[in-house]
Amino acid sequence: MHRTKIFDHFILLFGVFIMVGPLLVALMTSSHEAADIHRNGLQILPGGHFIDTYTTVLTREGGFTGKITGLRMMMNSLILGIGFAAGKIILSMLAAYALVYFRFRFATITFWMIFTTLLLPLEVRILPSYEVMNTLKLTNTYTGLIVPLLASATGTFYFRQFFKSIPDELLEAARIDGAGPFKFFIDVIVPLSRTMIAAIFIIMFVYGWNQYLWPTLMTTDESFFTLVRGIKQILLVWVGSNIPDYNEAFALAILAMVPPVMIVMIFQRWFIKGLTESDK
Amino acid sequence: MTHAPSLSATNPTPTSAGGFFRRFRSAPSEPDAAKRVQFNSPLLPYLFLAPQMAIIFIFFYWPSVQAIQSSFYLEDPFGFGSTFVGMANYTDVLKSGEYLSIARFTAVFTALVTFFSLAIGLLLAVKADGIIRGNATYKTLLIWVYAIAPPVAGLMGMMMFDQHIGPLVKVAAFFGWNMQVGLNYNDTAFAMIVVSVWKQIPYNFIFFLSGLQGIPVPVREAALMDCRSGLRRFWTVILPLLAPTAFFLLIINTTYALFDTFGVIDVMVKDKAANNPITLVYKVYMDGFRGNDLGGSSAQSVILMIIVFVLTIFQFRFIERRVHYN
Repeated sequence: MHRTKIFDHFILLFGVFIMVGPLLVALMTSSHEAADIHRNGLQILPGGHFIDTYTTVLTREGGFTGKITGLRMMMNSLILGIGFAAGKIILSMLAAYALVYFRFRFATITFWMIFTTLLLPLEVRILPSYEVMNTLKLTNTYTGLIVPLLASATGTFYFRQFFKSIPDELLEAARIDGAGPFKFFIDVIVPLSRTMIAAIFIIMFVYGWNQYLWPTLMTTDESFFTLVRGIKQILLVWVGSNIPDYNEAFALAILAMVPPVMIVMIFQRWFIKGLTESDK
Repeated sequence: MTHAPSLSATNPTPTSAGGFFRRFRSAPSEPDAAKRVQFNSPLLPYLFLAPQMAIIFIFFYWPSVQAIQSSFYLEDPFGFGSTFVGMANYTDVLKSGEYLSIARFTAVFTALVTFFSLAIGLLLAVKADGIIRGNATYKTLLIWVYAIAPPVAGLMGMMMFDQHIGPLVKVAAFFGWNMQVGLNYNDTAFAMIVVSVWKQIPYNFIFFLSGLQGIPVPVREAALMDCRSGLRRFWTVILPLLAPTAFFLLIINTTYALFDTFGVIDVMVKDKAANNPITLVYKVYMDGFRGNDLGGSSAQSVILMIIVFVLTIFQFRFIERRVHYN
């Protein structure tokens, strides 16, 4: 019995080593100088250039047009993450409320039209989606970055299922008290959904922050680049130069992963709950 | 910290992934809401649905119809209109040796990524479930890679497999393997698979662990009494109980390997797709945005849509039958 436990711990520790190791190496290496990394390889101990590397990466104006900084990319990532999460929650709560709490004529067909969007991910219709955005003149705008990503109805199904689990008696009681649909929504449904909203917000924020393909298509103007979108540019510079700026590449990668990782760590319980009960 | 009273009611079955199935399975039979009491209002439901429906129409249905339509046309490269060509785009694509070899690679890639990320996730979940002390710490440390974007994971991979500074290249060299990621087709494919699996392990770990922890204690105790051998107990009791979770994850992982690995691949091939392994989605992107082949890219999009449909139906019709739901 005792021996098997030690073996279990060994496997788990090895798992932790594989999952965490590369991140630690990236963090440590980013605090060394590029020439040093080039000569001595990746680092597992902190170097002395943490602050100046990160200051450079955050504030230096780079890119082809010279008007994008790390800070700006970080702000764009935040806008995308928060905008996407908030939009998703508002849209899906409203739609799910209509589907669950109203009797109306086209309920079935509406349900199916929403259901179908679950089957086809954005990746299979990228080019036509891009054409549509071009027609609407939405490329290089925050609207174009955020809104099309909302066109999948996962959140709606998630809230629909949750609303269906709310006891009918609540609505009966509310109607006896004379509450209308708006009042019932604001005073009963929204407070009841608070934990669910928090959980889904975390998942959606991480999902939005981590978007890559769509921002790559939608934004050619560098002032709209997100951190994750900027990764490719970093690599292109990396490939071209004699002694690549490994340190700056790692610093940007760390910046791109810190906010979502922190959120997942801090709100772990809600995050796991939201994930296992909803799926994005 | 607030606890909504009906939280647990969303999930009556032990395996939380069950919610997903109910969503899918119950969909055909009960599209209507289950409420006994409902509001009766001629306009309000449409008002509430309007934002969602508008976005779905503009950004889902319109592009999807466009994809199908333009897959039958040949676009003039200089933008002077297009000609109807019938099925020519499809036959061109399906007769192309390059396309077929990419399809083959996609199949192998998807199978390997799905298999290894499921297997490693399950192994770690079973071990983390078995121990009492340190359980929460392991959990925290094992899941954070979930929050990393695929292209960032790709960048980490490039670093680990770098010609000059990559430690994994040195490990490979120790075993006599001259690994050249980015130059050698098989080596690049290997690195891509490793990175894609690495990125997906936490997701599977979370679901398997929550599935394991959902197995009721009496069931575990009964199993322990009936069957002393840990391995046999796992195969005959625990694994069948995990089957719904595993089935759900199979779908999610297949979708992940097919579509979400785009970022990993894009970063790792570094714009030199010619002699590097790529997947079908990447090919759609290349032909559409680099090659300006609207018709061909659309035809490929439609083929992908059909593959996704067939896979979904196949998985539900055939695999689900063998899965035990408790």
